[in-house]
Amino acid sequence: MAGPLAETGMAGAAASFVEVADASLRYGGDQDGVLALREASLAIARGEFAAVVGPSGCGKSTLLKLIAGLNRPSAGRIRVGGADVVTPLKTIGMAFQNPLLLPWRTTLENLLLPLEIVRPHRHRIRNREDYGRYVAQARELLAEVGLDGVERRYPWELSGGMQQRVSLCRALIHKPEILLLDEPFGALDAFTREELWDALQTLWLEQHFTVLLVTHDLSEAVYLADSVHVMSARPGRVIFSSAIELPRPRTPEMRFGSTFVDYVHTLRAHIGRARGTT
Amino acid sequence: MTIRRLLNAATPGIAVVLFFALWEAGCRLFQVPEFILPAPSLAFAALIALWSGIWTNAVHTLVTTLVGFGIAVVFGLVLGIVVGASALIYRAINPLLIGFNAIPKVALVPILVMWFGIGTVPAVLTAFLTAFFPISVNVATGIATVEPELQDVLRSLGASRIDIVRKIGLPRSMPYFFASLKIAIALAFVGSVISETIASNVGIGYMMVTASSTFRVPLVFAGLIVIAFMGVSMYAAAAIFERRWTGWATRRGETSGYVGGG
Repeated sequence: MAGPLAETGMAGAAASFVEVADASLRYGGDQDGVLALREASLAIARGEFAAVVGPSGCGKSTLLKLIAGLNRPSAGRIRVGGADVVTPLKTIGMAFQNPLLLPWRTTLENLLLPLEIVRPHRHRIRNREDYGRYVAQARELLAEVGLDGVERRYPWELSGGMQQRVSLCRALIHKPEILLLDEPFGALDAFTREELWDALQTLWLEQHFTVLLVTHDLSEAVYLADSVHVMSARPGRVIFSSAIELPRPRTPEMRFGSTFVDYVHTLRAHIGRARGTT
Repeated sequence: MTIRRLLNAATPGIAVVLFFALWEAGCRLFQVPEFILPAPSLAFAALIALWSGIWTNAVHTLVTTLVGFGIAVVFGLVLGIVVGASALIYRAINPLLIGFNAIPKVALVPILVMWFGIGTVPAVLTAFLTAFFPISVNVATGIATVEPELQDVLRSLGASRIDIVRKIGLPRSMPYFFASLKIAIALAFVGSVISETIASNVGIGYMMVTASSTFRVPLVFAGLIVIAFMGVSMYAAAAIFERRWTGWATRRGETSGYVGGG
């Protein structure tokens, strides 16, 4: 666990893996479009678990898209691994609130989808031996999130929580360097959500990919992340960053400890400020 | 329970029989002259008496229709993919397509006859031109409505636009595609028969025109019955294909909206 627990995003800019510097994005026209993001800055170290919280519509999802290279900023720069992001990155896994599984594919086939696209897997997967290896890898991943024996089931045969687990696995099957999560637990009930927090934490502790989690659930952010960044209301910018110095692995009991509660209260105060001002 | 299920299975048959029974009864009750509306018994009698002639024409119409339909499927699928995959192309050719769809295809038959002469070719082409539109519209819709977030997931893996269409757009549009086939096959019959009635010397349409010009009205209705029967058979075939290939879309239960009952 060499995670940079102590440094806030801002301070660690020099060594950071993902770097967003004064990025702005205006949707639509140059002048009349909607300004979604205004000079947002953020830095995430390699292997760090970062979370972004903020009022709804503050441009959190926009920030994810910029980092993924799916959109270009109108101003400012985005760097990943020291290189400017100009085209969609290919070492990214994404998961959203909607699991977005393909109903005509079984769970296993859904899981293999990224491997049919990402190089060099897309060529290898046609080879039978390699295919077998990939299937074994997929089964292993499913087992890790507690989904043994569902690989032949279709998505509509799974509960919402199970679908979201599959969606997480799909985002990780090709071993991406960065995992981008856009409120992945937002539509789940409280118990399922907490189970999934632990599933995600386990995966992250094992594989130590870099995570950016967008959420509006402050407990979720504090529970999972090494650093939490608060965004202001639209046009969004990062107004507060805090390192979360709780030991790993985090356990449900910690959520009732005073340190945890203090973190949440502090964030809550900043969110209140974010909603009040523009 | 079983009686109820039996009854359930038999309802379409009962409806057909009832329809013909009412027709027959109406003709007899009001003594409708044969040259205005022959009773179905007369139509079926003509069907049996002139079976060999009708059979040849029916097969010809069926083949004509299926060839036109086949071209419509290929062309409609390709056009649907291209239009669905590119917003630019969609915007560009949408007015053209709508305009073309608004043209009554009857109006095209004389032009096709000028180009290709009287006979099978105009009938095939009319069937094709009548049938391709719903196919391409449905396929394009299926592809164009892929969730933007799903596109993001794939693009962030380095997927090209072709990858997205192949892995998601096309499979996703298959329920729409098969639903459109059921409409398109009926339209293909409309197209081929219209062309046969105007400019052909073979086929059910031609047979009906010659029969009506000599006031053999029961034969005209026999032709109608044959067309309807072929249409229902082809529709059923399309429905079977649909169930085989896109069961995933209907297995989700009543809520999925694409498919009307077969």
